[in-house]
Amino acid sequence: MSATTADSHVFRKTSLHRQRLWALWGSYAALAVFVVIFLVPPFYTIVTSLKSSAEISAQSGSPWMVNHPTLDNFWYLITYPNFQTYYLNSAMITVVTVAVSMTISVMAAFSLSRMGFWGSQTLSTGVFLTYLVPPSLLFIPLFQIVGWMGLINNIWCLALLYPTLAVPFCTWIMIGYFSSIPKELDEAALIDGASYVQILLKIFIPVAMPGIIAATIFAFTVAWGAFLYPLAYLYTSNQMVLTVGIISDLIRGDVFQWGKIMAACLLASLPPIVIYAFLMDYYVAGLTAGATKG
Amino acid sequence: MAEVSCRKVVKEYDGGVQAVKGIDLEIADHEFVVLVGPSGCGKSTTLRMIAGLEEITGGEIWIGGDVVNDVPPRDRDIAMVFQNYALYPHMSVFDNMAFGLKLRKFPKDEIKRRVDEAARILDIGMLLDRKPRALSGGQRQRVAMGRAIVRNPKVFLFDEPLSNLDAKLRVQMRTEIKKVHQTVKTTTVYVTHDQIEAMTLADRVVVMNHGVIEQVGTPAEVYHRPTSRFVAGFIGSPAMNFLPCHIDEAGGGGLMVRVNDAVKIKIPAERTARYMPFKGKEMVFGIRPEHLTQRKEEGRPGFEPVDLLVDVVEPMGMETMVHFFVDGAPICARLDPETSAEPEKMLGLTADMNQMHIMEKETGKVV
Amino acid sequence: MADGTTIPVGMTPARSNAGGSSSMKRFANRKSTTAFLLCLPLILLVGCFVVYPAFYAIYLSMLNKKMTAFVGLGNFAFLLKRHTFQLVIFQSCLFAITAVVLKAFFGFILAHLMHNIPGTTQKIWRGLLLVPWVIPLALSTLTWWWMFDPSYSAFNWILNQFGLDNVPWLGVGWIARLCTITVNVWFGTPFFMIMYLAALKSVPEQLYEAASIDGANARQKLFFVTLPMMRNIISITVLFSLIVTFADFDIVRILTSGGPQDQTHVFATYAFQIGIQSGDIPLGAADSLFMFPILAFAAFFVLRGVTQRTKEIAA
Repeated sequence: MSATTADSHVFRKTSLHRQRLWALWGSYAALAVFVVIFLVPPFYTIVTSLKSSAEISAQSGSPWMVNHPTLDNFWYLITYPNFQTYYLNSAMITVVTVAVSMTISVMAAFSLSRMGFWGSQTLSTGVFLTYLVPPSLLFIPLFQIVGWMGLINNIWCLALLYPTLAVPFCTWIMIGYFSSIPKELDEAALIDGASYVQILLKIFIPVAMPGIIAATIFAFTVAWGAFLYPLAYLYTSNQMVLTVGIISDLIRGDVFQWGKIMAACLLASLPPIVIYAFLMDYYVAGLTAGATKG
Repeated sequence: MAEVSCRKVVKEYDGGVQAVKGIDLEIADHEFVVLVGPSGCGKSTTLRMIAGLEEITGGEIWIGGDVVNDVPPRDRDIAMVFQNYALYPHMSVFDNMAFGLKLRKFPKDEIKRRVDEAARILDIGMLLDRKPRALSGGQRQRVAMGRAIVRNPKVFLFDEPLSNLDAKLRVQMRTEIKKVHQTVKTTTVYVTHDQIEAMTLADRVVVMNHGVIEQVGTPAEVYHRPTSRFVAGFIGSPAMNFLPCHIDEAGGGGLMVRVNDAVKIKIPAERTARYMPFKGKEMVFGIRPEHLTQRKEEGRPGFEPVDLLVDVVEPMGMETMVHFFVDGAPICARLDPETSAEPEKMLGLTADMNQMHIMEKETGKVV
Repeated sequence: MADGTTIPVGMTPARSNAGGSSSMKRFANRKSTTAFLLCLPLILLVGCFVVYPAFYAIYLSMLNKKMTAFVGLGNFAFLLKRHTFQLVIFQSCLFAITAVVLKAFFGFILAHLMHNIPGTTQKIWRGLLLVPWVIPLALSTLTWWWMFDPSYSAFNWILNQFGLDNVPWLGVGWIARLCTITVNVWFGTPFFMIMYLAALKSVPEQLYEAASIDGANARQKLFFVTLPMMRNIISITVLFSLIVTFADFDIVRILTSGGPQDQTHVFATYAFQIGIQSGDIPLGAADSLFMFPILAFAAFFVLRGVTQRTKEIAA
């Protein structure tokens, strides 16, 4: 082997080191490929939304580029009363759903994680199981039920149904977060004279705030993007939310106004994207909370 | 079995932080060497470089006559026992121990023979079918050692293996490790921050501090003949007493240690020549607590009287620790349990000055 | 009382007075009553809009089209004889299994790639790679539809640049099926990536070091350390995704509406067509219920996996 290096400041880059560098750059290259593939559709959405109908149907040049960018599509949508209705409806229903879901979830999670009562363990498992019952199984019988309540074609039926999509998982997340709060905190508060409701409000909610934010984001995302239930139960434009509204309204006959459709998709995707951009860590925490927190 | 050799080994992290600053260490075949020092002194980093888990920034490491800088851990023929045991949770004890051998395609009966033999040495034969989570801390540690033994490697590496165990178990496992080394005799490099472990287990102790080796020597050497203030203060519990002092002339051509006007102790005659160059200078005086006693040793050469004011008395049963203050510096003495020491009273002690040390104030070097 | 937690006016704490076992019982009663009351909204919501409809669906599926008479298993027999429905069964399984396998595969690769790069840059890449999951599925599927459009497909334009012919993406059965699977894989891979990345991070680094010293190379570390440690998360995620993918509605509905010639229909979309659009509610209910055995099977194993995982974490 080589002779001992006399000068201790001569640092040899070992071949192990070089191997690790190669692995790192290889990883970046592979990740870049995936990123490109993943971002192709959003990119195309943006590109199309900036095109006029004329440019789209002319089909000259690459569809991946915009030759005469225009904001007409956006302007049209913003001033289009139906679209405004859809947006407001979505916003309203989502806010209501989030409020209702979080209230129900937090109360139930607090009860199930801290205050045992007969059957609470079964109930926890049951809550988790209901999350696994998909909307596509329930929407047919619910059609009848919503009919009985006279809420067909009434947006408020969603206020009752959307929480069923969010509550099970939100409860489950919150149970996980609440369980990780040490019991000594409760006991200290009890000695200090607090009631259970106070413990919930003054201790659990502040301490478990990351979980609450994550669950709220989840409820928001689910409510904003729901498609099957509104498609099945809402029929007139003034009751519709964005997801159904865009599809049933903007797609007229054979004349596809793709510039407007894509612009509408963009505008409709903004709230989740914005929330995601600012609260990404909570977003991810919500996803992984279930499995890794057990 | 093999020798391990570190030559001018340096570990530097991004940003220029040097965890290990050029150490030289020769470990002989079959030797049990302990790297000891406070947190952050570089001992674990050095061990991990020997293992191949950290890249070597500079210098060379040799195992058994070959340079191993570029050799990955799996080809270095070493075995390691981790602080957190690092047992594979999904495998049984048997499979944990057999894993390395299976990877190397050993025949099944050979694997069984080795695992049974290691289990016998470590007394874990009845645990072979269990999973790690069904074992206690001490049992897990033994399985981790078993995993190392079956490989029959050139070198054993231990990274603070007893730190996660409670005090009683630690004492027990210490003896086990020593027994295993007597049986298997593999070259061992052992890292710990506990100097008692170092003293009881090592053939030689390597005291490290801030990325450099302060002293290498047998336990007796580092205990009785430390070469620096750091080693003197690190080895031995309770720690050595340190007092700032001056070397002054005492009558008859001799020298004395003067801490203050009340505390002056004569230096033994045979050391006069050694300390003469430092006459009049400010130095640091060191003496171990067990060398301050109440026994009257009049006349014995090197045993000098000294009177100190008692601060706190701590009866320990087998001895009594008495604490004093001299000019604000704490001093501790290990006295007989029947001592007459009382707080706020003067106590007459005898200092065994044959065991004293004088250190330079700035460098800490023992002179 | 103690400073810090003063009791605001109007709140009556559940305070037990000292002495007397009856008051202690009252206190315990209060606690469990409060507990139950807190759970009540959840129970009501889930009971009315999940549990009851599920059982009601069973009842509905056994009625005739006008919902006047009881026909037992007649609807189920009727469906099974229809060629379209046989296609639906086949397509649903094909869609779910292929998509989940691909998502798990790509998700696993991505998780490993992400795990290799330093933590500071991980966040940026993760942010970019999660985008498909964040956009509402119904809306992103519209973009895919546009990209697959027969006359204006952007993909066909790329193919044309290389001298290749147009592909009738949504017009031919097999290709259309591939398209639906592609959209689902595009949408769902980020989820798998995130879950697997979290699982990868939870494997202690020292296990890999011990394996290195034991003599394992990269492939062996993957098989003997990584996969066993991740086994639970992998199975939970796969089963969970099977349930969700199996019951997927949005993609097929928007992309193909089940066509061409019913060759992409899955249970959810077919139930919508015959139940809501054609007005045969009982038949639609029967169609949906066919999903139940698979869902129950997967749900059972997911539950078991999650319980095991909870025990694992506690150990």
